[in-house]
Amino acid sequence: MKGFKIVLNGIIKENPVFCLLLGMCSTLATTTSAINGLGMGVCTMFVLMCSNVVISLIKNLVPDKVRIPAFIVVIATFVTILQLLLQAYVPALNKSLGIFIPLIVVNCVILGRAESFANKNNTFDSLLDGVGIGLGFTLALTVLGIVREVLGAGSIFGIKFIGDSDGILLFILPPGAFIALGYLIAIVNKLKTKYEKK
Amino acid sequence: MAKLESSMRNMVVCLALVTLLASALLCGTYALTKTTIDTATQKDKETAIKNVLPNKEAKLGKAERVSLEGYKDDFVIYPATLDGELVGAAVETYDNNAYGGKIKIMVGLTQDGTISDYSILETAETPGLGMKAEEWFRDKGDIRGKNPATTKFATTKDGGDIDAITASTITSRAFLTAVQKAYESFMKYQNK
Repeated sequence: MKGFKIVLNGIIKENPVFCLLLGMCSTLATTTSAINGLGMGVCTMFVLMCSNVVISLIKNLVPDKVRIPAFIVVIATFVTILQLLLQAYVPALNKSLGIFIPLIVVNCVILGRAESFANKNNTFDSLLDGVGIGLGFTLALTVLGIVREVLGAGSIFGIKFIGDSDGILLFILPPGAFIALGYLIAIVNKLKTKYEKK
Repeated sequence: MAKLESSMRNMVVCLALVTLLASALLCGTYALTKTTIDTATQKDKETAIKNVLPNKEAKLGKAERVSLEGYKDDFVIYPATLDGELVGAAVETYDNNAYGGKIKIMVGLTQDGTISDYSILETAETPGLGMKAEEWFRDKGDIRGKNPATTKFATTKDGGDIDAITASTITSRAFLTAVQKAYESFMKYQNK
């Protein structure tokens, strides 16, 4: 039951994008389409799970004063492994996410969870936290990607539904990311207060 | 287990161990994925070359590098021969001034330099705008069958003969410059 709560916490109460507002760089930049958002979410989730597990395993072996460099090396290692795997087996996704894959290293969601959760909890809970936050991040990015793709290109997951005309291009471009994210956060907050009142 | 204290010795040993393990892990993954990555990129390139070549039966010769003035990296020419005669080539060309930085294109040319087809290898253009280059220059701004010797490979806005992608002048400029350079390097290759 406690495990379930940790996962749910990451998806809803502490959703990294909608509530913690962490990892905004990759959130805003890669969600030009639903599939890109989903891809980025899954990649981040993979790194988050691996780094959370390893960091909770080594937390007692790492002296406090050098914990940040040690954690960053762990995270960077997993990101590089991920990039090599993507290049080898999913080159199309690697191509469309491009520079944002190596930038997962500095995604503050990951170091944030390492510091605030994996550094204090046991390995199994840390894994669950990685799953929860990862799912929350993936969900948020996919939703944002869908909204931007629907408005900006008139398609969902690459399937066009408005015929030949273009969508509202603004939503594919960076300003559209801010606008869409702003409204999504407003909606999520509204729903949350309503839910909490009951 | 108690947490290790932050003494100099502990810190040095810890960081050394972490980096050592990390590099060992990376070496392993690199070795495991290297061949797959290489074959994937090689196959990508080969398909691109095959698709753009004017003559599908032609045999590919040895790739050769040609450098042009003002361009830091070489252009790669993949000559295509049929019965020992040069019938055309695929040229790996690029331009650094696209909207998203570098754009890399494989351009197919016949022996006299007429463009037969193209395929974009690497690009970071805006989806929905510059990304249209993938189709545009076969469609509304068709460059196939045109020869840079007689057609001016620039946008109509710049006094050229090719229609630019709507709202993507920068991408179009970079694309057409890259194609023009492919032609120039192929001509230079033939005159050598």
